[in-house]
Amino acid sequence: MKFKGTESYVATDDLMMAVNAAVTLERPLLIKGEPGTGKTMLAIEVAKALERPLHQWHVKSTSKAQQGLYEYDAVSRLRDSQLGDGRVHDIANYIVRGPLWDAFDSDRPAVLLIDEVDKADIEFPNDLLRELDRMEFYVYETQKLVRAKYRPAIIITSNNEKELPDAFLRRCFFHYIKFPDKEIMERIVDVHFPNLKKSLLREALEVFFEIREVPGLKKKPSTSELLDWLKLLMAEDISPETLRGQDQAKIIPPLAGALLKNEQDVHLFERLVFMSKRAR
Amino acid sequence: MLTDFFLKLREGGVPASVKEYLILMEALSKHVIGGSLDEFYYLSRTCLVKDESNYDKFDRVFGAYFKGIASTPETLLAGIPEEWLRRQAELLLSEEEKKLIESLGGWDKLMETLKKRLAEQKGRHQGGSKWIGTGGTSPFGAYGYNPEGVRIGQQESRNRRAVKVWDQREYRNLDDSVELGTRNIKVALKRLRKFAREGAAEELDLDDTIRSTAKNAGWLDIKMVPERHNSVKVLLFLDVGGSMEDYVRVCEELFSAARAEFKHLEYFYYHNFLYESVWRNNRRRNSERTPTFDVLHKYAHDYKLIFVGDATMSPYEIAYPGGSIEHNNEEAGAVWLQRLLDVYDHAVWLNPTAEERWGYYESIGMVRQLMAGRMFPLTLDGLDRAMRALSR
Repeated sequence: MKFKGTESYVATDDLMMAVNAAVTLERPLLIKGEPGTGKTMLAIEVAKALERPLHQWHVKSTSKAQQGLYEYDAVSRLRDSQLGDGRVHDIANYIVRGPLWDAFDSDRPAVLLIDEVDKADIEFPNDLLRELDRMEFYVYETQKLVRAKYRPAIIITSNNEKELPDAFLRRCFFHYIKFPDKEIMERIVDVHFPNLKKSLLREALEVFFEIREVPGLKKKPSTSELLDWLKLLMAEDISPETLRGQDQAKIIPPLAGALLKNEQDVHLFERLVFMSKRAR
Repeated sequence: MLTDFFLKLREGGVPASVKEYLILMEALSKHVIGGSLDEFYYLSRTCLVKDESNYDKFDRVFGAYFKGIASTPETLLAGIPEEWLRRQAELLLSEEEKKLIESLGGWDKLMETLKKRLAEQKGRHQGGSKWIGTGGTSPFGAYGYNPEGVRIGQQESRNRRAVKVWDQREYRNLDDSVELGTRNIKVALKRLRKFAREGAAEELDLDDTIRSTAKNAGWLDIKMVPERHNSVKVLLFLDVGGSMEDYVRVCEELFSAARAEFKHLEYFYYHNFLYESVWRNNRRRNSERTPTFDVLHKYAHDYKLIFVGDATMSPYEIAYPGGSIEHNNEEAGAVWLQRLLDVYDHAVWLNPTAEERWGYYESIGMVRQLMAGRMFPLTLDGLDRAMRALSR
């Protein structure tokens, strides 16, 4: 079965190719891209499209590779032993499975999302090399080898905050989601808001790309912010004319707060718009 | 199979490994793609390139390598009836172009020349398809009868779209020698991270707790440790005004990235070169100055020193007392720089002027010598090298 995007997710040709190659060869796929370009959504949509169960592992700065496999809950065992609980004698009672174990143990091929792998410690990816390559790991406490029944499709996302080690990269397919152009963007919006008025959409997209072009913005608005903004515009029932900025009294586009997330950016934007209005 | 392509990629600076090449072969053998070059481009990119900053290099090599392949005419052309080729071309050429062809001796003559060219080419270059492919000097290009036209004869028009993808070189600005955004700077600065446990003990040290509990005959004995955080300390000296005006933006970016990245960041400004005092606020630079000696005494030797400046000035400003353009300095700038370097072992100089122009300024050479060669350009790549030098 090939991945071709879904009803709610528009995938470009190169993205589809990367996903299909990774699924066919049963190797991890590393996804990078600007924040808000749908990296995390990809795994959810792939699972939906291929009808596979999804396991998610959201990595934080404190995450350890071991937590993805399993954790030995020593503290509760200790507590139980002090209370004289009978469960104490079987160490397996205190082994807590991680998402990787769940994905390996699945009865049919699964999809595993390892989200924001770059947030964790620098050594984190290195600690997962064997697990991702051979898809097996050893549980020392119970002397048991866990091996994947079916190799899951693993999708790893990164925001580029840390460089990933070469050995890790070599085991993955790689895809960089670039910011969608206008045409793709129209398709994306269409998928999310099918009944959005055509003219409103066009005006909104123009405003959106204009804002992205403004030099010096700290955080450029991305796709997910555009979608939020459109949601607001729809809810407020704003007409295309208002958007086009016929209304001289209003300086910035309505509800621009959804697009510009940074106070300095809003100030900068206001100043620029004001200057360009005066120049006219 | 495709080994040449792989080797060309490595020559072109794409760090692809044998393992990745084998994965590509595996993908091909499992029929992940059909026969189109377009698909092959995407597949090979996802297999072989692991960083978006290498996309542009990949595009260039791919373009160069497959331009030849895609327009290899000899073998394919032989099997195509000339009549049919002509019809295709006529569909494609405009009236003017057709007239031009007529004026040059007509279609037959043109085909004649083409055939001759091809034969000649076999002899001269091995498989020299590129000869026709680039076609810049060949008369075919001049007619507007370019290799694209030949390719349509081969029913390979689908390639043209693919060619466009890599010829557009969309990822040009992701190459790390060009663009420098705050986010990228932060990533580069992260090289300098050094985690250490300092301060109040706030985290449970599980290992130690278990160990001491066991020793304690099973009675809980809880141990705590301080949390880990980035303990790198940085002293940043920034050149302002004068010739640095051109580089304000890049310096601002570096500064804001550094502020976000380092918990212990102390910064000072100077003008052109370092003398007996520096300042923290450019607006009050004349009233509030910090003597450089105070800086030396206040910040311990484990601080890492980063100078940012273009180091382009008159050599007198560095080497002679009284050389400063702003005031009469008692001691030469070089003496002050040396004092700083004596205290702080880890120091680099970041220079926003392009590296290839360094040779033209005597003062840059002098500063480099003072810094013992630890001067790096203010590009991502340069920052990376600088951070490596600092963490050594």
